Amino acid sequence: MKKTLSQRLAILSDAAKYDASCASSGSTHRDSEKNGGLGSTTGNGICHSYTPDGRCVSLLKILLTNFCVYDCAYCINRSSSNVERARFTPEEVVWLTLEFYRRNCIEGLFLSSGIIRSSDHTMEQLVQVARDLRLKHGFRGYIHLKTIPDASPRLLEEAGRYADRLSINVEMPTVAGLEQYAPQKKAGGIRQAMGEMRLKIDAGKERSHTGRRAERFSPGGQSTQMIVGADAASDQDILASSANLYGSYGLRRVYYSAFSPIPDASALLPATSPPLQREHRLYQADWLFRFYGFAFGELTAGRADGMLDLELDPKLAWALDNRALFPVDLNRASKEMLLRVPGLGVKAVASILRARRHQAVRLEDLARLNVSIRKVRPFVQTPGWSPARLTDRHDLRSLFSPAPQQMSLL
Amino acid sequence: MTRYVLSVEDSAVFEPWREMARAALQRDLPPQAIDWRIRGGEMDLFGQQTNDSDGMVALTEAPVLKSVTLRASCIALLRDMLCHSDPGRFALAYRIAWRVQGNPHLLDVATDADIAKARIMVRQNRQDCHKMMAFVRFREQPVQGEGAGRRRFLAWFEPQHHILERIAPFFSKRFTDMDWIILTPRGSICWDGKDLAYSSEPCEQPELDDGFGDLWNTYYASTFNPARVRTKAMRREMPGRYWKNLPETRLIPQLVSGAEARVRTMAEQELLPAPTFHDRLRARDSLPVEPLPDTLEALAAKVRTCTACPLHCEATQAVVGEGPAHARIMVVGEQPGDQEDLAGRPFVGPAGQLLHEALGAAGVDRSALYLTNAVKHFRFRLQGRRRIHQTPDAGHMVACRPWLEQEIALIRPKLIVSLGATALRALDGPGMAMADVRGTSWRVGSGETAVQRLALAHPSWLLRLGDGAQGDSERQRFAEGLSRVREFLHQPGS
Repeated sequence: MKKTLSQRLAILSDAAKYDASCASSGSTHRDSEKNGGLGSTTGNGICHSYTPDGRCVSLLKILLTNFCVYDCAYCINRSSSNVERARFTPEEVVWLTLEFYRRNCIEGLFLSSGIIRSSDHTMEQLVQVARDLRLKHGFRGYIHLKTIPDASPRLLEEAGRYADRLSINVEMPTVAGLEQYAPQKKAGGIRQAMGEMRLKIDAGKERSHTGRRAERFSPGGQSTQMIVGADAASDQDILASSANLYGSYGLRRVYYSAFSPIPDASALLPATSPPLQREHRLYQADWLFRFYGFAFGELTAGRADGMLDLELDPKLAWALDNRALFPVDLNRASKEMLLRVPGLGVKAVASILRARRHQAVRLEDLARLNVSIRKVRPFVQTPGWSPARLTDRHDLRSLFSPAPQQMSLL
Repeated sequence: MTRYVLSVEDSAVFEPWREMARAALQRDLPPQAIDWRIRGGEMDLFGQQTNDSDGMVALTEAPVLKSVTLRASCIALLRDMLCHSDPGRFALAYRIAWRVQGNPHLLDVATDADIAKARIMVRQNRQDCHKMMAFVRFREQPVQGEGAGRRRFLAWFEPQHHILERIAPFFSKRFTDMDWIILTPRGSICWDGKDLAYSSEPCEQPELDDGFGDLWNTYYASTFNPARVRTKAMRREMPGRYWKNLPETRLIPQLVSGAEARVRTMAEQELLPAPTFHDRLRARDSLPVEPLPDTLEALAAKVRTCTACPLHCEATQAVVGEGPAHARIMVVGEQPGDQEDLAGRPFVGPAGQLLHEALGAAGVDRSALYLTNAVKHFRFRLQGRRRIHQTPDAGHMVACRPWLEQEIALIRPKLIVSLGATALRALDGPGMAMADVRGTSWRVGSGETAVQRLALAHPSWLLRLGDGAQGDSERQRFAEGLSRVREFLHQPGS
């Protein structure tokens, strides 16, 4: 019997949920005021709901089909899995997107697909959905398309014209991991696609000498995802791989997805609960790299096993390992150094820099900037406050570690 | 000191306050001389309803002492904070406006108590706006009579602050092609495709259901991953007060309570035999691979899978040579650069550009040459987000040598031009110094296999030399070298 739309929506959204990215941010501003149509993007993402897994629902994240010719061990849709299979027609996806959008349930569409027949055939279908949304229905909301490796450049170009963001997942932090778990996927093919996208994205930003804009290509850039905890890669390996991805392909985001058990899992995989804390620390390290001027190597340098500290956030752990640099004088230190003080965020640092031009910043002032005094106290120095020996105390770490918890007996 | 009682409508956000504040500042009234009240709101000290606008009348009768201006940045802050619902906001705004007169930098001092409070209000207003953009849910209404094509939608939302006017343009710019009304306890906004109507009349919550909620609930339930329950993170972003107007939140208790059992079932599930289409697919994969013929294309395919040295781990792809299969002249560079690595083609970056121009100036047709590199993968080191070129070392050259030799064997060029020290070393081994041979030509081998060699500087070196005297003389030498290439190209036979 043919499955109903609702049944297929359940299957194909369940199949798509292991992709962590749901961002609807980073694209250009546009709206429907002047030229009619439906939808807008503001540059900032909007999350329209949250599920109990703590993740936001911003885009309608579905697969066109979960049939797939690949057999990647970590994937719920691998060809050897017995999950229920289904497919949408491009028209159905367009209809669902528009109806959810009109009810303000979503910011747009995140469309991916299992590989059916060939790369080009699959990519063609994805592009058709984006093309119909933009051209037939005047849709100006957010569209995120997955890029299929080895698809033809013509299709990639068209995808970039309609999509706000393109992405292709590197899946595993190391080439060896990918070979082990995804024998049909080639790390080289994935990198080639990312390289090609970077060139096109860069070209899309250029203007000609007369000031004419180049043709639009994925204004929200590209992103990728790595699975954490399925293979033996250490945090150091993962972060080194991220550094290379950000540097080589100008990615907007690298997502880390704690490997999570799936129905009908392959025997190759660890049967453990997802390492959520590890994932969290990796995101923090990623943030420190993108906004705080840290190099990835610095964060794992003090760690013997190459793993980030699970108990303390990476910035605090780094500061404890580099106490010679502290305390920092809040009224004199450079912006770069202030950003390295545990407890001070980008906004607090900006506020301090502005305020100290006109009056001295004191420790108690920090409370008004939403900064935890307890956390910054050992690392800063202000008029009226000097941490004296606090910075050098042997047990400084224990002041920050979470309280020990009684384990359950059973 | 005379005290003035100034009363403002609760829903009034900025303009009425601005009038009063301007009048008060012009009369140099300190903040403690004004008692700001919400009109029709709380009683005054003596249990009497505050008397409308009396204070304003008395105020305007007093003489103006000075003229007052506020900076645009200050106006923007006050405008942003005054849509808050805190009854003390008018007094705070006036206090800031007053203090700014004496201290023009006050706004920069985020650690000041008043400024900190104002900023908190601004942040809360923005949050409220953001949550309204996120959590308003439209439901379709039936259109009676001649609605002519436009669909109608209705929504109910309960904002915390007076943000309707501020947020209305967001909705009209987004939902342009449909008619809609958003009802709230603080007023309503209505869009008909042309005009945005706003009313401060409080509304009642309507019954809303268009039968589409089930499909959304299906999506919500299936996009939830039971293996990672983190309700605290969910509650932080979607606080409980919004839940009653978000129908999908009614599923949360059952999703959370069922999660553990679902994960257990996954873990205990026995491995089933793979579906039949999997076996068919795998059988297709295991067909034997044909041996590669001795052609440039086959060689290129083989180079692309090369893992002989560690460079393949970081680089995007191997960049193979490009040009006619029986070119008489072969040009060997060092290694692909940043652009070449991304594009997968040799000499497309800045150095390639220079080479291209120099060839053009010397009258050499680039398409007649076979261009390749001594090392096929890009070697670099990361500096933040930038990839900095690094010269390949001997190990990389040795690993890549078979590819270069095979290229030479297949093309059998009569002239091989090396660009830079790496290519020189890869072709002729160590022992030749670039400074000695730059710009010179010699013959290697004899008879059938004889090849003319020409050593030139690498164009990226010329780029680095810049505009000085050495740069000029080296560019001159490079151009002379290329003119010899042209002579060779037009020489019949040899």
